[in-house]
Amino acid sequence: MSARGLFTRPARLAAIAPYLWMVLFFLVPFGFVLKIALSQTAIAQPPYVPVFDLAQGFHTIEGAAELSLDNFRLLLSDNLYVFSYLRSLGVAAISSAMLLAIGYPIAYGMARLPQQWRAVAMMLVIVPFWTSFLIRIYAWINILQHDGLLNQLLLGLHLISQPVVWLSTDTAMYLGMVYSYLPFMILPLYATLAKMDPGLLEAAADLGASRLRSFWLVTFPLSLPGVLAGVLLCFIPIVGEFVIPDLLAGSSSLMIGQTLWLEFFTNKDWPVASATAVVLLLLLVLPLVVYDRLQRRELETAR
Amino acid sequence: MKQLDAHDTFSRFNAVSLALGFAFLYLPIVILVIYSFNASRLVTVWGGWSLRWYGEFFRDRAMIEAALMSFRVAATSATIATLLGTLAAIALSRGEGFRGRTLFSGMLYAPLVMPEVITGLSLLLLFVAVEAERGFWTVTIAHTTLTMCFVTVVVQSRLRALDRSLEEAAMDLGCNPARAFAAVTLPLILPAIAAGWMLAFTLSLDDLVIASFTTGPGSATLPIRIYSEVRLGVKPEINAICTLVIALIAMVIVLASLASKLTSARGESVAPL
Repeated sequence: MSARGLFTRPARLAAIAPYLWMVLFFLVPFGFVLKIALSQTAIAQPPYVPVFDLAQGFHTIEGAAELSLDNFRLLLSDNLYVFSYLRSLGVAAISSAMLLAIGYPIAYGMARLPQQWRAVAMMLVIVPFWTSFLIRIYAWINILQHDGLLNQLLLGLHLISQPVVWLSTDTAMYLGMVYSYLPFMILPLYATLAKMDPGLLEAAADLGASRLRSFWLVTFPLSLPGVLAGVLLCFIPIVGEFVIPDLLAGSSSLMIGQTLWLEFFTNKDWPVASATAVVLLLLLVLPLVVYDRLQRRELETAR
Repeated sequence: MKQLDAHDTFSRFNAVSLALGFAFLYLPIVILVIYSFNASRLVTVWGGWSLRWYGEFFRDRAMIEAALMSFRVAATSATIATLLGTLAAIALSRGEGFRGRTLFSGMLYAPLVMPEVITGLSLLLLFVAVEAERGFWTVTIAHTTLTMCFVTVVVQSRLRALDRSLEEAAMDLGCNPARAFAAVTLPLILPAIAAGWMLAFTLSLDDLVIASFTTGPGSATLPIRIYSEVRLGVKPEINAICTLVIALIAMVIVLASLASKLTSARGESVAPL
């Protein structure tokens, strides 16, 4: 047996512990979500201390657990939920498009940096990803509030005559989305752009293509896998985003993550919250499968 | 060759987009840090430099307790996640095909993009079903589940980049697989493992949504406390706390980059072997 073959068996044994962990804490919980989603709402209890309240809620659900699709019917018939889903998909699509438009030139610039600067630029993109999500949103609240720096600046430049309301608007929310997810867009784009063979551009130049033309005919088509990866990496989590719309957008129309949160924490309606999660997951199945394929292909080609 | 230069140089457009991009990414954080040293109670009026809000934070018992809780959760979950994530990475990159590999890798990639509300809700339903008392351990388990996936990705990419002939050479020289792993592979991936731990630590320290679902009364984490304060409006004390967290994370990043420097240095010294 080759040395490589000998190494394989113990390596496979290493899978046991993480495998069990993920089945127990990732797969099994979805079973519970499905089960609660299919059970009838039988709770209308007054809020006690949260822990008893929640625990009791579960038992009452257990008691009345006949399978029923009532919760899903509710989701489809009540405009509140339908609008939430549509808004989430819309916000995610618009945010992803904005991210692509802003992230692409940055990733492109990084890929054209001299070799020794690329690592630094890479680091500069990754650092915000390590910095707290919540803190970065909070930093924007500081700037966007009524008497915040942005209004002060615009007033000082006489661009506006009175403070503009920025917070609790869609503008602020999109700003937060772009700001928070920008590294997720830049990194996969940069990865494909940096790998590109410069000889191809050379060939395009030899054949007389202008700079813009060779970008459009050579660089951009070749970067499409990176575009797809970046868009998915942003689109999927944004659909379920809670913190950014909650802190930056107005409360007139909610994204689905906020609706789920509200059903769970405020209305304490676990079955409806679970059904909301199931439908959200179904909406994301297709992009998730594409993303998984992409990941796998990436790994295969890298090997 | 002239044409090549025209196509290959770093243009003004590239420079401007990089400058604007990085300014956009960093300016808000810089402003936040500067204003945490503001003496004025009004968050937007500059009243001179002061450490007043840091003092305020250290007197805030509830906030300190939340910070300690977050640290304990982050340290514990990052450690378990690093252990499990490293094992998973080894299995995925050295185990070749095994039964259930597709499901395994799927389970490890999905949480990377899965909306946090779903992960949080599903874990909570599990904890309630088994009547686990919610608090430190439930949050720790939840964070471990999320962050081990990130550790797996980090360690796996290092293992993939590694020259497998080194392991094979060690075994040809008479090492059994365990020794070959301990003597050759492990030292080479150690910096990636350290980086994975630090990433897991910062992700756990940062998480609001999953912790909100899985924690119990009386054990709020730092993000949960910050979130409830931020909902009430901007307070200078929050600026100070955020700056402390940023300083901590910056330290972690410096350590991580030192670790990766160490890898490349060691990688070169091993390569000629």
